[in-house]
Amino acid sequence: MQQEKAVGSVRTWEIVVAALFLAFGAVVVWDSRRLGAQWGSDGPQAGYFPFYIGAIICTASIINLFSAVAKGSRDAFVEWGQLRLILVVLLPTLVYVALIANPLYSLGIYVPSALFIAFFMRLLGKYGWAKIAAVSVGTMVAFFVMFEIWFKVPLPKGPLEAAFGFA
Amino acid sequence: MQEIQSLLGGFAVALSWFNLMLMLAGIILGVIIGVLPGLGGANGVAILLPLTFSMAQQPGGATSAIILLSCIYWGALFGGAITSILFNIPGEPWSVATTFDGYPLGQKGRAGAALTAAFTSSFVGALVAVLLITFLSPIVARFALRFGPPEFFSVYLLTFSAFVGMSKGSPFKTIASMMMGFALAAVGIDTVTGQLRMTFGLEVLLKGFDFLIAVIGLFGIGEILLTLEEGLEFKGTQAKLNTRVVLETWKELPRYWKTSIRSSVVGCMMGIVPGGATPASFMSYGLAKKMSRDGAKFGTGMVEGVVAPETAAHAAGTSALLPMLTLGVPGSPTAAVLLGGLMIWGLQPGPLLFIEKPDFVWGLIASMYLGNIVGLVVVLTCVPLFAAILRVPFSIIAPVILVICAIGAYTVHNSMFDVWLMVLFGVIGYVFKKLDYPLAPLVLALVLGDRAEDSFRQSMLLSQGDLRIFYANTLVGTITTLSLLLLFWPVISMGIDLLRGKRATNLDKE
Repeated sequence: MQQEKAVGSVRTWEIVVAALFLAFGAVVVWDSRRLGAQWGSDGPQAGYFPFYIGAIICTASIINLFSAVAKGSRDAFVEWGQLRLILVVLLPTLVYVALIANPLYSLGIYVPSALFIAFFMRLLGKYGWAKIAAVSVGTMVAFFVMFEIWFKVPLPKGPLEAAFGFA
Repeated sequence: MQEIQSLLGGFAVALSWFNLMLMLAGIILGVIIGVLPGLGGANGVAILLPLTFSMAQQPGGATSAIILLSCIYWGALFGGAITSILFNIPGEPWSVATTFDGYPLGQKGRAGAALTAAFTSSFVGALVAVLLITFLSPIVARFALRFGPPEFFSVYLLTFSAFVGMSKGSPFKTIASMMMGFALAAVGIDTVTGQLRMTFGLEVLLKGFDFLIAVIGLFGIGEILLTLEEGLEFKGTQAKLNTRVVLETWKELPRYWKTSIRSSVVGCMMGIVPGGATPASFMSYGLAKKMSRDGAKFGTGMVEGVVAPETAAHAAGTSALLPMLTLGVPGSPTAAVLLGGLMIWGLQPGPLLFIEKPDFVWGLIASMYLGNIVGLVVVLTCVPLFAAILRVPFSIIAPVILVICAIGAYTVHNSMFDVWLMVLFGVIGYVFKKLDYPLAPLVLALVLGDRAEDSFRQSMLLSQGDLRIFYANTLVGTITTLSLLLLFWPVISMGIDLLRGKRATNLDKE
C-alpha cells in the first residue's frame, strides 16, 4: 500500500524550508559583514544593503519557523504516488541536462533533446518506435531550422551536428 | 490633444506589414503558450526573448520586438480562458476564477457562449486599460521626471509593500520570498565598488542570477511538476463556436454593463498598483457575486460570472504595463520580463523613455489596440484548433515543453550553467507553490533589486545616511507613508479583526 503513504507532512516541510531560509539569510548577513556593512569613507559599503536584506530574511524565517512548529498542517505534503510521477519526470530531466551541460563532454542540445522526447514517449506513452522517431527527430529538426537558420541563434552542437557540417 | 497626435504617430509605426505579421504570430504563439500547462505569459515571453536579440539591433527593431513580445502576452491572457472553460484547468493563475462559472457553462453545453463572453470581456477590459495607458501614462511620465533617487526608492518600496499588504497568505512568507529575490539580485559584482558579493570564489556566480532563468524555472518547470501530481490526462468538453452563438452571446452581454465597468475599474487599479491580474480576477468575481441580482446562482454557470473575472484579469494584465513604461516598475511578473527585455535591448525604462524614444512608446501603445483586436478575431475563429493542442498526449507535450524551457534558459546568456540553474529554480518553484510562498515578489525583487539598491544608496549618499530623506518633502513623504501603511496592513487588519471578531471566532469553536 505504498500509494497512500505521505512523504512528510506539510508541517515538516514548512519547518525544513523555513530553516533553509534562515541558513540562507545567515549566509547573506555573514558575507555582507565580510564586505563591510558599515558606512565607508565614501558612502555605504558593498555589504550595506544586502546586510539588511539578510537580516530581514532571518527575522521573517524565524517567524515562519515558529508558526510552522505551532500550527503547521499535518496534511500530507505529497503522496508517494504523486512523488513517483514527479520523479519519473524529474530524474530523466536531470540526466537530460547532464547530457547537455557537463564539464567533460557535451552532446549538444539537439541530440539529448530528441532522446529525451523519445524516452518519454516510450516510457509513458508506449508508442511504437516509428512514431517515436518521427515525433522526436521531427521536433528537433524543426527547432534546428528555427534557431540556427531563421533566427540565427546558435545552440550548443555535438558530434552529430559536426558530422553534418554544422559546428 | 497631444496624446491623440502621438498615438496617431504610433499607429503609423505599428501599421507596417512586418509589424502586423509579428502581431499575428505573437498572438497565436501567446494563445498556444496560454493553453499549454507549464508555459505561461511570464516564462513564455522569457523563453522567446532571446529570439529578439538580433531583431532589436536593426533600426526600429526594438519596437517590432516589443510588439511581438507584448502580443504573446495578450495571447496568453486570452488563452488562459480556453482551458478554464473547456477543461476546468486554469492555464494561467488569473483564469482560476473563470473556471467557477465557465466550466459549468461548458458542462451545460453552453461552452460557446462562455468562450465568447470570456473573449469579448477580455477585450473590453484590455481596451479600457489601453485607453487609460494612452491618456494617463504621459502625465505620469511627466510627473516622474521630477523624481530623484529618494522618490524612486519610495516607489519601489510602495511596489514591494503592496505585495505584503495584499498577499492572501502569510505576510512573512511573502517577505521571505521577496528578500530572497533581493539577495539573489545582489550576487555578483557590485556595480558601485566593484567588489564581489556572495560569489564564494565560484566563477559561475560572477554574473549573478538572471531573473529570466528564474522565471523559466519557477513558472515553467515548477508548474509542470505541479501538473504531474494531478495525473497525466486532460478531459474536456468539445469546443464549438459558430457565428450564431457568438452573435447571440453578444446580444446578451450588454446586460452586464455594470459588471463590466466595475471589473474594469478593479482590474486597472490592481494592475497599476502591483497586485496583479490574479487577485483582480478573484476580487471582481467576488464583487459581482455580491452585487448581482443573480448572485446566488453564481458557480452554476452564469455568463456574468465569466464576464467579471475575465474583464478584470485582462484590464489588470494590460494596465500593469503603465508603471513599467512610465516609472520602470513592472506591475506583474510578465511586465517584469518585458522590462528585462527593454534593458537588454539597450532602452532605459522610465520617464525619459517618453521623451527619448517616442516612436517606441507610442508604437507599443498603438500595437496594444491593434493586438487586442487581432487577438479577439484569432481566438474567436480558432478555438477548436487551440483546444486540440490539449488533446496531444501528455507524454509528448511534457518533454517538448521541458526541451523548450531548456533551450530558452540556455539562449539567455549562452550558458550551460544556466540550464542547471533552471532545474534548481524549478524544484524551488514546486516547493514554494506547495507551501504558499508567493513567486511573483521573488521575481520582481530579482528584476528590481539592483535598481532599488542603487536608488537607496544614492538617497543615503544625498542625506549622509539619514533615513529622514524619505520624508524630506510632501511627494516622497506621501509615497513612503502609503508604503508603510500597505506594509503593515496585515498587522492593522489583524488588529481590527481582533477588536471586532474575537467573539465570533469563539462562537465558531463551540
